[in-house]
Amino acid sequence: MTGPKTLFEKIWEGHVVAQEPESPAVLYIDLHLIHEVTSPQAFTGLCQRGLRVRRPDRTAATIDHSLPTRPSPDGTLEGRLSFADELSRKQILQLEENCREYGIPCYGLGSQYNGIVHVIGPELGLTQPGKTIVCGDSHTSTHGAFGALAFGIGTSEVEMVLASQCLLQNRPRTMEVRVEGKLSPGVTAKDIILALIAKIGVGGGTGYVLEYSGPAIRALNMEERMTICNMSIEAGARAGMIAPDEITFDYLAGRDFVPKGADWERAIERWSLLPSDEDAFYDRQVILDASSLEPMITYGTNPGMGISINALVPTPQDVPLADDRRALENALQYMDLRPGSSLIGHPVNVVFIGSCTNSRITDLRMAANLFRGRKVAHGVHVLVVPGSQQVKRQAEVEGLDRVFREAGAEWREAGCSMCIAMNGDQVEPGQYAVSTSNRNFEGRQGKGGRTFLASPLTAAAAALTGQITDPRTVIEQPIP
Amino acid sequence: MNPFQTISSRAVLLPRDNVDTDQIIPARFLKVTDKAGLGANLFADWRYSPAGEPLPGFPLNDPAALGAGVLVVGNNFGCGSSREHAPWALIGFGFRAIIATSFADIFRNNSIKNGLLPVAISPEAHQHLVGLLSEEPEAQVTIDLASQKVTMPDGAQTSFPIDPFSKTCLLNGTDELGYLLSFSDRISAYEQARENTPA
Repeated sequence: MTGPKTLFEKIWEGHVVAQEPESPAVLYIDLHLIHEVTSPQAFTGLCQRGLRVRRPDRTAATIDHSLPTRPSPDGTLEGRLSFADELSRKQILQLEENCREYGIPCYGLGSQYNGIVHVIGPELGLTQPGKTIVCGDSHTSTHGAFGALAFGIGTSEVEMVLASQCLLQNRPRTMEVRVEGKLSPGVTAKDIILALIAKIGVGGGTGYVLEYSGPAIRALNMEERMTICNMSIEAGARAGMIAPDEITFDYLAGRDFVPKGADWERAIERWSLLPSDEDAFYDRQVILDASSLEPMITYGTNPGMGISINALVPTPQDVPLADDRRALENALQYMDLRPGSSLIGHPVNVVFIGSCTNSRITDLRMAANLFRGRKVAHGVHVLVVPGSQQVKRQAEVEGLDRVFREAGAEWREAGCSMCIAMNGDQVEPGQYAVSTSNRNFEGRQGKGGRTFLASPLTAAAAALTGQITDPRTVIEQPIP
Repeated sequence: MNPFQTISSRAVLLPRDNVDTDQIIPARFLKVTDKAGLGANLFADWRYSPAGEPLPGFPLNDPAALGAGVLVVGNNFGCGSSREHAPWALIGFGFRAIIATSFADIFRNNSIKNGLLPVAISPEAHQHLVGLLSEEPEAQVTIDLASQKVTMPDGAQTSFPIDPFSKTCLLNGTDELGYLLSFSDRISAYEQARENTPA
């Protein structure tokens, strides 16, 4: 007899091919996404062993990390690549060649579907409830928003999946993150996840798969759910998941790779069985109240160092543990911030709106609503980078590109861009950036650059005022 | 995989918590298509001045660090990205084992697959070890995988956990992909069953 099961357990148990004693499970992978940075050495390994890709039909590639996002000066693809350095160029061409050699579909440079791997998977309908999904990228947790088990892997594991369509995995524990209440106006999904990481810490989710539940999660649209699952890894979690529901099915309906006709109906029936059973057991539970949340912002050098935007930067003397105290001192020194000060009014040099966390159409609409009819503050460099070419086209249909441009922001081609600063888009040493991305590690957005992580609303507010600003004060202001 | 049995070596002390993979190897060094040469850029932004000069005072620039096979860090080492370039860079510098109080999941997996041993010890043992190494930086640390024991410079011992599969693979240098491919028939059978009733 089987007891009540969680969403995670249902998917896990359905994908175990073999389980030898004292060994990890052989777990079947339904979808393997690859990109240019973490795959070349895996293909080299495959070639050295004389192996083929077992299921190119369950593999999909994109180019995102090192792709320049500057618009091509002459409209050609070659023109866009002219901004890439020699090494990036080699990596990009290498991926295209590997995909040709092994018959893997590649949504690369020039594809109308090109974009950030975690934006295009859902957009194409490759990401579906109940699937196991991996990618050589830690933000693969994004896809869990659909009720999939999705997690990041290293390059050795990329090679394993290419060769066998399976991975060796030890079963993680489960943690329910129940988000009660209702978000207030001006507070977003990004603020929920930043508040969670501030609460449980950057190692708080290590060894766990997080399942987000509760009324505040149910009320979110798919793009907001992706923002939350995306940053599960920033709490150290193996994956983040949200049970599929009508909102999930509505998002997926009609997308390129989802089943059609009678198969679609059958898929919905199967997917409807996935949500965790009542009384299912979780190894741990955390509760968060969305109603009490304010816009969040980070002040330090990891995503757990976050506060409500109107709160004060913590003071090292108030931190009881010596190691934590030293970490806070180091972070404040790197950020050049005063303990006990307010971040409100702190000058900002750069604003980045983009990344696999917040570059989808609803993120851009949110930011554009603040920009409309206003101007970016003098001297602030504002970069708006859509997550995919499809998002870019949709934004242009809606005229959002004009809103951004007229406000004085740069409107770019799709890619990871300033989130990881591999493609030439970067924060300069000593500069402060408000960024909608996921990591504020030292030098993450450029050597010596200082990052404040926040929502698209908070980022847009900073762009308009040139300083850290509670977005609710801008929303309430009449447009001049 | 490179086998790992035992190591006796000097240790480099970098007792910071939450060291992320962007510090271990900054993203601008990921534009490579092979694994070689990453050791030169290990901890690049902490190790070199903006002009590219080694910064005196950073532990890896101490001449005594050269040839050390063990790195001692704080908790949650290797958090952040999934880049396997992190263990490649650590191995490239010459490290064979990392001692911490805890590791990030993906980093831990990546390390084991490259024969770099993640050794998680208790906060008390860690504090003791850091104290000993602060006083005597040249002291030897011994890590024995078979017995899962760390022997500190003063002879004190502490144990560390590792799952039995990873332990066997590391001790024998087992090729995990080879092991996985030995399940090919069962993978085919699984696929066949699934084609009939899609998940």
